[in-house]
This record gives sequence, C-alpha cells and structure tokens, in this order.
Amino acid sequence: MSTIFDLSQPGRNAAAQCARSDGAALAGLPEAALRTAPPALPEVSELQAVRHYTNLSAKNFAIDRQFYPLGSCTMKYNPRGAHRAASLPGFLDRHPLAPERASQGFMGCLFALQELLKEVTGMAAVSLTPMAGAQGEFAGVAMIRAYHRARGDLERREILTPDAAHGTNPATAVMCGYTVREVAVDGNGDVDLDALKAAVGPQTAGLMMTNPSTCGVFERQAVQIAQVVHDAGGLLYYDGANLNAILGKVRPADMGFDVLHLNLHKTFATPHGGGGPGAGPVGVGERLLPHLPVPFVARGEDGYRWLTEDDVPGTIGRLSAFAGNAGILLRALAYALMLGRAGMDRVSDFAVLNAAYLAARLKAAGFELAYPNRAATHEFILTLAAEAKAHGVSAMDVAKRLLDFGVHAPTTYFPLLVPECFLIEPTETECREELDRFVEAMATIAEEAQRDPEHLRTAPHSLPVGRLDDVKAARNLKLRWTPPG
Amino acid sequence: MPFIPHTPADEQAMLEQIGVDSIAALFAEIPAELRVDGPPPLVPGAGRDSWNEGALPPAASGEAMSEMAMLRWMGERAERDAGLACFAGAGCYDHHVPAAVWDIAGRGEFMTAYTPYQAEASQGTLQLVFEYQTMMCELTAMDASNASVYDGASGLAEAILMAVRKVARKTGPRRVLMAETLHPHYRDAARNIVANQGVEIETLPMAQGRCDLRRLPDDGAVAAVVLQQPNFFGLLEDADRLTDWAKGQGAAVIGVVNPLTLAVLKPPGQWGDAGADIACGDGQPLGAPMSSGGPSFGFICAKSAFTRQLPGRIIGQTEDASGRIGYSLTLQAREQHIRRGKATSNICTNQGLLVTAGAVHMALMGSKGLAAAACASRANTLRLVERLCAIEGVRPLFPGPFFHECALALPKPAGEVLDALLDHGILGGVSLARHFPALGDALLVCATEKRSAEEIDAYGQALAAVIAE
Repeated sequence: MSTIFDLSQPGRNAAAQCARSDGAALAGLPEAALRTAPPALPEVSELQAVRHYTNLSAKNFAIDRQFYPLGSCTMKYNPRGAHRAASLPGFLDRHPLAPERASQGFMGCLFALQELLKEVTGMAAVSLTPMAGAQGEFAGVAMIRAYHRARGDLERREILTPDAAHGTNPATAVMCGYTVREVAVDGNGDVDLDALKAAVGPQTAGLMMTNPSTCGVFERQAVQIAQVVHDAGGLLYYDGANLNAILGKVRPADMGFDVLHLNLHKTFATPHGGGGPGAGPVGVGERLLPHLPVPFVARGEDGYRWLTEDDVPGTIGRLSAFAGNAGILLRALAYALMLGRAGMDRVSDFAVLNAAYLAARLKAAGFELAYPNRAATHEFILTLAAEAKAHGVSAMDVAKRLLDFGVHAPTTYFPLLVPECFLIEPTETECREELDRFVEAMATIAEEAQRDPEHLRTAPHSLPVGRLDDVKAARNLKLRWTPPG
Repeated sequence: MPFIPHTPADEQAMLEQIGVDSIAALFAEIPAELRVDGPPPLVPGAGRDSWNEGALPPAASGEAMSEMAMLRWMGERAERDAGLACFAGAGCYDHHVPAAVWDIAGRGEFMTAYTPYQAEASQGTLQLVFEYQTMMCELTAMDASNASVYDGASGLAEAILMAVRKVARKTGPRRVLMAETLHPHYRDAARNIVANQGVEIETLPMAQGRCDLRRLPDDGAVAAVVLQQPNFFGLLEDADRLTDWAKGQGAAVIGVVNPLTLAVLKPPGQWGDAGADIACGDGQPLGAPMSSGGPSFGFICAKSAFTRQLPGRIIGQTEDASGRIGYSLTLQAREQHIRRGKATSNICTNQGLLVTAGAVHMALMGSKGLAAAACASRANTLRLVERLCAIEGVRPLFPGPFFHECALALPKPAGEVLDALLDHGILGGVSLARHFPALGDALLVCATEKRSAEEIDAYGQALAAVIAE
C-alpha cells in the first residue's frame, strides 16, 4: 500500500486545519534561529489523510476484531465506557499545572484510584505516576536502592530474578545501577528454593518476581521465598504483569512483597493502543513509604492536594514532566467502578476458568502442556517441541498460520526455558465459542503440519503481506521513507 | 457480570471439560493462608472512612456501577474542573486538534491492538509508525527516529544515556551539562532516572533567561550538553553558537525541542556547523489534548551514528518472499525482550496510540498547517504580552525575543494572582516561584492559536483588577 508520502502533491493541503496567521508573526526573531526550508511533511487533502489511515487500520489485528490470546499481555476487552469517561472535555482540557483549587474533580479521581489499588494489593500507599510497567519497575527498584542507601547499607549491589522473568526485570535492575543474578526455576515452574538460598547474601538488594510466574503457574513457595530474601536483608518486588490471575483473591502484600507495580493496561482493561500508552502505578509497604515517586494525591481537611518533593523529602523524585498518564488512570478508575468489588473477584475467576478450559481442550486435542502437573492460572504454556521434531515446523510457523484463521498468535518463545512454546492467555472477556474456535484452528493446523508442513513454514497466506524478512529489515536498515529514484 | 460473557450453562460445561466441580477448585494450588478472607470493601471503600465520603457513588457498597452511573459520577468530577480559559504552557499546550485525528486514533483497530510483534497482522500500526518516523526525521533534520518513549522528560533521560554510552564509552567522562533554562521538571526527571548510572549532571548557568555564553567551560571533559529551544522561558537560545562550542569540547549535543515550533525554527540537525546529535522532546503539541499532562508521547531522533543507541521500538521497511513491501520491528537486539540486562533501556510499552494521533495530526496539518498554528500562537502571545504589560507593574522579565511563551514580572506574588484569576475563569499561567525563587514574583504565560482576542482582553481586565485589589 502507498505511504502517505506517495500521495503527496506540492501545494495541496487540508486548508480547514490552517489557523489564520501571517508570516509577520515571526518578525523580531533572529534570522539564524529560523528554518530555511519547510520540513517535507505530506501535502494531502483531509479526505486523503482520513482514507489512508482508515485503510491502514484495516491491516491490524486488534481485540475489537480478533481473539488475541497473547500470553502475559492480558488482551481483554477495553470498555468503551471507560474511554468515554476519560474523554470528557473537563478531563481532556485540564492543564497539568492548573492550581489545586481548580483541580479537585480530577484529583478526587486519582485519590479514589490510589485508595482502590491500595486495597486490592494490600499496600500502604500508591503513587500513580509511572507511565508503563517498565517505569513502575524502575520506580520500585529505585526505591529499594534508596531504602538501603538511607540506612547506610551500601554493599547491596545485586538484584535477583528468576531466570524465567520478563526481560524488563533485568534491564530495570541494570538501569538502577545493579548487577543481576538469575535464579533457576525447577521443572514444575517453581523457583528452586535451594538455588535461591545459595544466591542470597549481604550483596542482595532484592528479588523481582511475578506471581503467577511467567511459567503460567502459581508460585506456591511465595511465603518461603519472601522469608529467605528478607532474612538476607533484601526486599521483594512484585511485577504485576500477571495480577489478572489473582485479582481480588490474593494481595501481593500478604505474600510478603514490599513493593509492586500494576499494569493498568493489562489488569484494568485500558487499551494497549498498538504499543501503549500504559500506566504502571507503584504500591509500597511501610518501609518504602518515604521514597514513593512524586507527585501523588493526599486528602486534607479542605480538599485534595499534591504531595511533592517538599512533602516527601526521601522521594526518588518525579519520573515524568507531569503526573503520569492521567488519561489512562481515569480509564482504569472507570473500569473499576463498573466492576465493583465482586466484579474484581470474577475477573480472576473467569480468567482462570477460560485458561483452564482452553488448556484442557488443547490437551485433549493432543497438544503437550509444558507443566502438565500444574493448574493453569490465567495463562498456560504449550510446548510444540514434538511437532517441531516430527514435522520440522516451529512454534513460529504455527503462530503465523494461526493468523490465517483470524486469531492473533499467542506469545511465542517466552519464557525462553520452554522449547518451542506458546504462552496462551485468553482473558475473562472471551466467550466459550471463541475458545472453541481457537482449539479447532489449532487442531486443523496440527493436521496440516503432518500433511503439508511447507504450508505452515510459508504462512501466513491470507494477510496483506506474507512472512516478512526480519533479517533483511535489520541488515538493509530503512527506517524512513525516501523519495523514489 | 460486567464484561464477562459466561452463562451458567457455559460455566458448567467448561468445569466438566476441566474435570473440577467449581471455579474455586481451580485455585487449589494457592495456599489457603494467602487468600483474602471474604471480600474486603474495595470499590470504593465501603465501611471505611478513608475514601471521599460525601461524594460516594452507589458503588460505595462495593456494587458495580452501570456505565451510565459511572459516566454520571465521573462527569460530575470532570465538570468541576472545566471552563477555564487556558494561558498556561510550560510544556503542555492548548492547541487545536483536528476532529479527524481522534476519530482515527480512536478506531478499535488502532486503539485495541498490542505492540506489533506479529508483523504480518500489524501492518497498519507498523506502516503508520514508519511514516511517523519519517515525519519526525523531517521536522528535526535527523537521520532516525524511534517509535516513541513515554514523554519529553523521561525521553531526555534516555537521550542522556544514549550520549553517555556513545561518547564516554567505558572510560570517558560521564559528565553532562544541562542548561539552567531547561524545563525544571525535565531536569528533575532526567536526573532521577540517570542517577544510579554514575552520570554526573551539572548546570550550565543562565544570564537574563538564556544560557550564559560568557560562562561556558572549556576543559573538554564533557560527554553531553543539553539545550532547550525555545527554552523554558520561551526565549530563543543561540543554538548555533552553543552547538559549536559543545562539539568543540567533544560533547554530544542534545536538543530538547517543541515539535510544533520546528515548522518554523531551525531544526536541531542544522544547529551550528555540524548539527546536534540527538533531538528529543514531547509530542503533545502534535495532536494530544492536554489531559492533565498525559498521555502524550516522547520522541527521540538521532544522527545515524547514534541509531543503535536508540531505546525502545524502531520500525524498518522490509519485504516478504514475493517482494511485497512490509514493515516490522527492527534492531531488536537493542531491546530488553532480547537483550535483557544488556538492553539500551528497560522500556517496553511506549506511547503508541499517541504516536498514531501524532502522525495523523502531522499528515492533516502538513508543514503549512503546523507553521500556521505556531505563528498564530506567537502572534497571540505577542498580543497578550502587550496587553498585560500595559498594566502598571507588569513587564517582561527578560529582554530578547520569545517564541510563544513569555515570563512576566508581577507586582504581586504569582500564586496569589493565579488564584484570584480563577474567579475570573482564567488559568493565568504558571508561577515561577517554586523553581526560580530568585526571579521574584514571576509568571510564565502562553496564548495558543485557540485563544480569542476577547479572551486575551478579558485576561487583561482581570489581571488589572486583581493587581489593583
């Protein structure tokens, strides 16, 4: 399909979008500060732009169009009501530095969300400012560092993560100036407790983990793990990526975690937007309270007010220009209000029911579960190693072929320790018929793998493009459009 | 059940397939002592007085609200803050956003897609971001753009880390000079984010609201210099001279820029003899509503020598087996999901939907539309400053040309003035008291193309009345 630049014609523009102005407005500015030639942006009509981007949109898979069982990403329905609420003019038009007196409505919403997240996690306080999960992780580990430093405990240089952890965990630890030591996970998907005991020591600043783990199973030794790390003087970080499995049922604070982040774009149904924006609020227990990132909202006698560096002298400070992804926070609050308390429990009930059902049906259809002795949580792992060996088709081939059935592929090759794996997370918002269709598609593909494996290796066959050459993309770097010729 | 489609018959059949007799049995592996004992009050805090009493929605009892009830409850709060004429800028601006921008960005196909890992099923987002990267390279006169970072301030931190990795490598100086005239929140956020990686940040001092050209160090031990153009006070720096000086010190130059102004101002890639190395900033003026400061998107563009230092997603053009052009995530070996602890950044989710809006915005506006919005904003700010400075005791704080923001000296504390202006329906700007107490009673004002002549005049009348009180 043409790019917007291919549609461009010199001298054309969307005139209704031009504010009235004249070049005289630039009078008085030094010549040297001005641009000599305008940037070569597209010159198109309003209709051309609208049609181009509408046509592009049709080339996307999205929850609104397809089942999207992408493990660890919690691709649930994004309620339009929440989108409407966050798009109310009073919210969209609020300037971030408006005085508190003119911001009580907005601040009341943030305060409500802070309180709600405190209750659902068991934490003592919440700051909403981190703008995505990885920034929440950064905030959490930076707080761990600030805590040790404030105590004069300067020898703790290491963060532990299970070897199945999300890549953001080690990357975050390094951004916070730590080295990373990985701890093995055993054959049942639990952390190897002996390996953990051998790994902790006076150098341990903390441990980062999810629960349920990235293996799609509940870490049964959570309390013992916390004990080992705490006894060594370290703190525990909860990566909230998998909270959907236990929402309303288990509070991370009760598992011994000192600090956590939540992915509101997962558990609280805010849209993923083709790669964001997200929101990664952090919650802390009493020990890390003095270090929370600012700003956050407090309620005083005469209304809500911001707490800033002046109120929280031990803070790790601000991590963005203003107060995080406010519009996403409002969507999450709207979703929570529509769920109510009992609705939170039902999220995990049906997220787990759907995953367990899908796992049972796939197993019955002949697929191999990576952890057959364990209960599925909100997600589970298939290993396609047997299919790969028998027919020479990889998990990636099966994933690409699934796209032809109008199903987004599950997460592939993660966690890395399970060969040829699919991490499958259906979420609670899918109906049974949709899950059944997925099983049928998988069964058909398994049959194709025997009969015509090449058909899988060259999939997809029905999308706007065939399998794309990633190697070429990296080798002949072309990162922007250039005029032909 | 809100957003859960299961009928009792579904539930029963599914449990039978699994081979358990209740949903509770699916949670049997969770140790009993970890489970919440009965539903605690949650939404929003029934039985506790910590939560906003007096303004509680029906859900106070923990019940779900219908969409209608939720919208009413949120609507009351949105309404409470609405209706001010906005004369505040300081990194977030009240520009017109064409109606088509969010009609398109709000389409489910864009809004409810994930990060485009499955390229063949994500060509819409991928091509759009490829087009966005091209537009940003054009605006900044740089060679490469990533697919966004969170916002301008956190993006600056990433830019600093890029520069330090490239310039200082393992043994060079990890010293970064940051202009005092940079947005103070950017300074704080960048410092907080790079704090634990051994980067030393020093301030490049200002004189009369601009970088002091007489106090530029020349010891050569600098990895990067950070400038903002227009700077926090809306003033124009001598970007050419500062760039030439910094390059002479062996430092990388990072330009923090407002993308709208680049329709008319010299792009960072052309500053001085060699150009800046990295341009970053906040994309909010390109199609994002103010929305309390987020979400917007941060952008980072760089000269080709720095491409492999870029954080986060980058889209590249490639083809399929039959030679059809397509787009995919590329240079992924920089990223955390491949490289883990050795990645260029921990960033994963970025601000994709705002980039979608930004690309549509730029396509609709074109360079002509962006220039018109920038010029109209400058014209309005000139008019505003003239109007306000006609009031006894109000004057520009600094000499020299400003773009579309201006710092004013007031005869009264800015906080008091701003508070009193609220009663006139005016958000009068941003007080400089907190970050620049030495500047006395000062206010940063901005009038975008959306402010009418009547609103500007009303501000003048209100300010005169407030100062006379």
